[in-house]
Amino acid sequence: MSSASQTDAMAFDAKAIRAQFPVLAGESGDSRLVYLDSGASSQKPRAVIDAIDSFYKHEYASVHRGLYALSSEATRRFEDVRAKVCRLLGTKNPHEVVFTRGTTESINLVAQSWGRSNLEAGDEILITQLEHHSNIVPWQLLCEQTGAVLKVVPINERGEVEPAAFEARLSSRTKIAAVAHVSNALGTVLPVSDLCSRARSAGALTLVDGAQAVPHVPVDLAEIKCDFYAFSAHKMFGPTGTGVLWGRHDLLEAMPPYQGGGSMIQSVRFEGTTFASPPQRFEAGTPDVAGVIGLGAALDWFDSVDRVGAFRWEDHLLETATRALETIPGLRILGTAAQKVAVISFVLDCAHPHDIATILDQHGVAVRAGHHCAQPLMEFFGVPATARASLALYNTLEDIDALVEAIEKTRKMFS
Amino acid sequence: MDDLRDLYQATILDHNKRPRNFGELATANHVADGHNPLCGDQLRVHVRVGSNGGVEDIAFEGSGCAISTASASLMTEFVKNLSREEVDDAFESFHDLVTRGPDDEVDIRSLDKLAVFSGVREYPMRVKCATLAWHTLRAALENSGQTAVTE
Repeated sequence: MSSASQTDAMAFDAKAIRAQFPVLAGESGDSRLVYLDSGASSQKPRAVIDAIDSFYKHEYASVHRGLYALSSEATRRFEDVRAKVCRLLGTKNPHEVVFTRGTTESINLVAQSWGRSNLEAGDEILITQLEHHSNIVPWQLLCEQTGAVLKVVPINERGEVEPAAFEARLSSRTKIAAVAHVSNALGTVLPVSDLCSRARSAGALTLVDGAQAVPHVPVDLAEIKCDFYAFSAHKMFGPTGTGVLWGRHDLLEAMPPYQGGGSMIQSVRFEGTTFASPPQRFEAGTPDVAGVIGLGAALDWFDSVDRVGAFRWEDHLLETATRALETIPGLRILGTAAQKVAVISFVLDCAHPHDIATILDQHGVAVRAGHHCAQPLMEFFGVPATARASLALYNTLEDIDALVEAIEKTRKMFS
Repeated sequence: MDDLRDLYQATILDHNKRPRNFGELATANHVADGHNPLCGDQLRVHVRVGSNGGVEDIAFEGSGCAISTASASLMTEFVKNLSREEVDDAFESFHDLVTRGPDDEVDIRSLDKLAVFSGVREYPMRVKCATLAWHTLRAALENSGQTAVTE
């Protein structure tokens, strides 16, 4: 990083951001929490917690049904969140925003609704080696159901997906390519615009798993030009249990329902039922109303943050942490892509990742250890597991010092 | 001596670094594999079972975290020359040691060196690491021919 951009990064006030997160501001315990597991789930700012609290206390009602003021106001606020999602993604049509339980359900929805009605035996589904299990298993299930075949794009030793390798696995039978925008285990940022354009030229649809991207990189669907984009609220400072499937309207319009029930119908008769238009067609049952209100609060909060500054700050944290960890003897970082977010997966020659995570926890540093729901990726690197520090805009240089110090202590203990 | 509540006691670190009875056992007549899907720990336990059903000799191989490696190492030392009934009793006592609530009294006198694992009960996520070797030993003695899984 040049000194000029370093100065820019330092201008971002991570401590002021941190103060907005009760658990990080020390409201829950005596010792300072060094939270380096945002890749699993982010912490929540007070604005989000308060919005959900206030909704349940003062404004709660179910949506889309009640004729009374409380319900119509809840419905208005619920529906307004679709436009906020559009603003985040750089799209315009709120009818393209389907609320789900999270990224996993969003991908399953596409696999089961679009996939089962469009795929036949011998068709191909293309994914990459670094996918999270949630972007592998739904497609395997679909393959079992339809006789379609799963094809996998290999990664290089830095943990990158090379466009040429992707192109080489596309064929005239490829019906959909489903790729991560950012790898949860390595932090690699994939060249999704390029990949989507190649898939499109081959006549395939594209789904981008944006779960790890939304909180850490700018997302502009007008540029990515994918057909489906999925993300979760809980990784972007919102509540658990709520997520989004964004889908191209003409595709959603032609897709059959995913689940049947209330809210997704136009009229129900025993002779046959007609279905509502998207997005309601895909939102059977009473939705997680408070979850969506919380997502809206998270989007508002994220909108109020200097995101250019935040992303630059995260780059600075990544560079500082990488440089510091590289000086620790016996430590190997897995995933050294040229384009990556502040995720550092590592192994130590003297200690198993689970031992590392336990010792780090004893020093107040929370990291994840395991296969990160990416077992095929672990196999590629020849390790059963890694320890992973995943950062967010509320982390500070002190957090990195604490991480390095705790790893040093682990190393001394085990060598 | 370390505080018994500490997870990583000197004995555990020592057995992790220099596991005893590590490797294959040429005279083994019972073998079983153990796998902890959460951690990726993989163990193979080789046992020479005597005509009376007891453990005449034992060895293990594989890779795992410090808790699972040290547990396997200490277990092999502990069960050598025990009868089948004594192994079952040790299994139960050890299981109690690592799973009982922090305030429950566990008689650790019979467990000898295995008492160093009493800190595990403070770490519910690590119980499976400590018990993997014991589950695998039991599978080997029963010779079910199946992989012992800690799930």
